[in-house]
Amino acid sequence: MIQENVVKVGMADLKIAAGGAILKTTGLGSCVGLTLFDESTKVAGMIHVMLPSSEIAREASINIAKYADTSVPHLIELMRTEGAEPRRFVAKMAGGAQMFAFNTGSETMRIGPRNVEACKLMLQRFNIPLLSEDTGLNYGRTVEFNSMNGILTIRSVQQGVKEI
Amino acid sequence: MNPLNKLAAFKLDVLKEVGNIGAGNAATALSRLLDKPVDMNVPTVSLIPFEQVADKVGGFEQVVIAVFLRVEGDAPGNMFFIIDEDSAKRLLRNLLSMDVQDEGYSEMEYSALGEIGNILAGSYLSSLADFTHLYLSPTVPAIAVDMAGAILSYGLVHYGEMGDSALLIDTTFLEGQEELAGHFFLIPDPESFDKIFSALGVPNE
Repeated sequence: MIQENVVKVGMADLKIAAGGAILKTTGLGSCVGLTLFDESTKVAGMIHVMLPSSEIAREASINIAKYADTSVPHLIELMRTEGAEPRRFVAKMAGGAQMFAFNTGSETMRIGPRNVEACKLMLQRFNIPLLSEDTGLNYGRTVEFNSMNGILTIRSVQQGVKEI
Repeated sequence: MNPLNKLAAFKLDVLKEVGNIGAGNAATALSRLLDKPVDMNVPTVSLIPFEQVADKVGGFEQVVIAVFLRVEGDAPGNMFFIIDEDSAKRLLRNLLSMDVQDEGYSEMEYSALGEIGNILAGSYLSSLADFTHLYLSPTVPAIAVDMAGAILSYGLVHYGEMGDSALLIDTTFLEGQEELAGHFFLIPDPESFDKIFSALGVPNE
């Protein structure tokens, strides 16, 4: 029997895994599931990003896993301490949907696309190539990232399963 | 720390009453639509960690039907009317004398569910507005059939800026033997609580 080790990543949370363990986060709506991977050491990391920028934070002690701008540097550091080499990192991401369509121009309602933009900005800043993405549109996603082969599996109610 | 953590017990009771009045009127509206009695439970008001919000409706990946409205006006917030798929199908069979397929939803069914959500949310909000004398105006409802986590997280963004939990007024209603079960979630924006309390004459500490 093949024992698959699944590491659950909660909402506004980040985790790392290595050597074949699976990183999983469920029910991504406007949130973004961002993964980083170092192929040669098989070290992988996943963030469940809820908000684009910690500048809008009004909490006394911020949860750095929640915001794109604070979580990405933190994950890079965590993976480095596990022996991964940031120069080799590649990224994938899914989520950032617009769950409900409204005609209001409200920025809050556009939170999904803004999360995606913020994640891409951070990847650019750290020179991490984005290999593939399944973002936007209007449906929820559950994602699993395999730290053995770097495949991101995306499941949704309407669209079934796909791998990127 | 999230300032809402410190809400006094009597303030929670006030919010329970808000849920009671709103959902009570919505249950009456649903009962008229169905021409059947509809019961509801005493509302629960609690500060719930984001991770656990979806547990109320069966977990993050549970597929639910949700009608979402943004409440605008004096005390803005988000409102969800959530039912499971079986309940949605039963509701449609009861209300529309038409064949309802077991899988998927037609345009007509979507539209009917949106309208039901609209009527119920409208009666919830208008009774709340009467009670508080606050101006509350719902946006046009949007409907989605998807994972509960993906849907509900959308209503939590305002809380995300200040913590990892949200204050939720939850009322469950049930329709007799058919066991139609649904939830009303009212998630006022964090800033709206002071307005609701002062409109109801609750003193500020």
